Amino acid sequence: MNGYNFAYLDEQTKRMIRRALLKAVAIPGYQVPFGGREMPMPYGWGTGGMQLTASILGGDDVLKVIDQGADDTTNAVSIRAFFERVAGVETTTATAAADVIQTRHRIPETPLEHDQILVFQVPIPEPLRFIEPSEQETRLMHALEEYGVMHVKLYEDIARYGHIATTYAYPVKVDGRYVMDPSPIPKFDNPKLDMSAALMLFGAGREKRLYAIPPYTRVESLDFEDHPFEIQQWDEHCALCGSDHSFLDEVITDDAGNRLFICSDTDYCLTRRGEVA
Amino acid sequence: MKRSELAGPALAKPVLDRSALLDVQDISRLYGPGKGCESIDFRLHAGEVLGIVGESGSGKSTLLRVLAGLETPDAGRVIYHTNDGELDLYAISEARRRALLRLEWGLVHQNPRDGLRMGVSAGANVGERLMALGERHYGNLRAAGQDWMTQVELDAGRIDDAPLTFSGGMQQRLQIARTLVTRPRLVFMDEPTGGLDVSVQARLLDMIRTLVRQLGLSVVLVTHDLAVARLLSHRLLVMRRGQVVEAGLTDQILDDPQHAYTQLLVSSVLTP
Repeated sequence: MNGYNFAYLDEQTKRMIRRALLKAVAIPGYQVPFGGREMPMPYGWGTGGMQLTASILGGDDVLKVIDQGADDTTNAVSIRAFFERVAGVETTTATAAADVIQTRHRIPETPLEHDQILVFQVPIPEPLRFIEPSEQETRLMHALEEYGVMHVKLYEDIARYGHIATTYAYPVKVDGRYVMDPSPIPKFDNPKLDMSAALMLFGAGREKRLYAIPPYTRVESLDFEDHPFEIQQWDEHCALCGSDHSFLDEVITDDAGNRLFICSDTDYCLTRRGEVA
Repeated sequence: MKRSELAGPALAKPVLDRSALLDVQDISRLYGPGKGCESIDFRLHAGEVLGIVGESGSGKSTLLRVLAGLETPDAGRVIYHTNDGELDLYAISEARRRALLRLEWGLVHQNPRDGLRMGVSAGANVGERLMALGERHYGNLRAAGQDWMTQVELDAGRIDDAPLTFSGGMQQRLQIARTLVTRPRLVFMDEPTGGLDVSVQARLLDMIRTLVRQLGLSVVLVTHDLAVARLLSHRLLVMRRGQVVEAGLTDQILDDPQHAYTQLLVSSVLTP
């Protein structure tokens, strides 16, 4: 395919990543190191997610790529075009039609099925990093389940703002064992991680770590008894499709301060408006 | 003179004392000849404050680090007596050791910046050990924070302020509150009043003494300041070049020092 191996990475690399993925699936929420490769784009643009996608993609798979829920933003368009070119796979924007969905910052609103795989692009895989800068120490903390410090951050939120002000990358505990950073998805999407039918894979290219949530795994968001976990809510409905239950983006429409709230998941919004079949 | 001849009655070994809390047996940790600590033996009883004094470089901090589980000794054992039996500190798993350090023991650093999380509020600092224990009720954590800030004579109204905005003495108080919140049985203190001016030091010492008595704490206190040692500790170990040169009751050692080095140390104290 244009002088590239199928899906850009060489077969040995894909094999190595698949092996790491098997380990990650076997230990839900555990960060597995892998030999990250250079991708033809800068770190921070989704190199981790792309290596995972490249490793699991088959010739007859249908790929969807979203960035902040949208199929038409730069990151989504370029990664989609990349795989069209180096793997020759069919791509789609319809959530239900996709086999593999690579995502940045969102989980699609349409519930995922058991034959779908969601691949997340992760910037900082270590949820304990903000409080403990040493990798050696954080690994030990994971090994010994020393997760008390995670609540220090939530405590600090309530002390400062009166409520848990963490709105994205909200820490979760996977299968009652590992505390995991679900990547910068809004906490609105955290409940979708719990008992999800689809396999969820997380790849961090710069940090060279990957982790996974197997299908039907318990995922709890950390909270306090008297300040339970809550998701974001809006007074408005989507200005385009009228949805009152999806994650909304605030869009400024002119210089006079007018604004709209619209669904961040473009495919979901278009489907509701009947603009795609 | 041999070291065994120096050991006072408090070090006499085979006394079967039920209230022994910590047995230190022949502990050595040497970084080089004479650097570190060598063949240290002593027993700490429940409710006792043991002072370790000596000049800089005499190995007192190394000994404290070994006792507190922060540094593995080259030889020797540290036995901790719990309610359900003995624990050999360096034979148990790392998980168990760290849990012990976090819950039943406490360590007060000389510099409060080493013991506190400077980026989060005073309340979060005090609550951290409780959260590690599994406390998940914000209201309770906050109440405990305010309670302990009052106990260490801090203004409970400053519970949401960052430790960065506290003075040195207040930071040290906060560190003590943070350590005592899980009601540890044994606390290690490394120069708790170092770097504080004398009036602040006096008030802090007074507070530590009150807390130790109220909570029935056992304390291992490392200090180079004999006045601090006299005020707080029941028993003293005098260290020099990694070895214990004299041990005994505090008043006995300070009033009637036997070893030449202890005599020098006692005579060097400035009196205004």
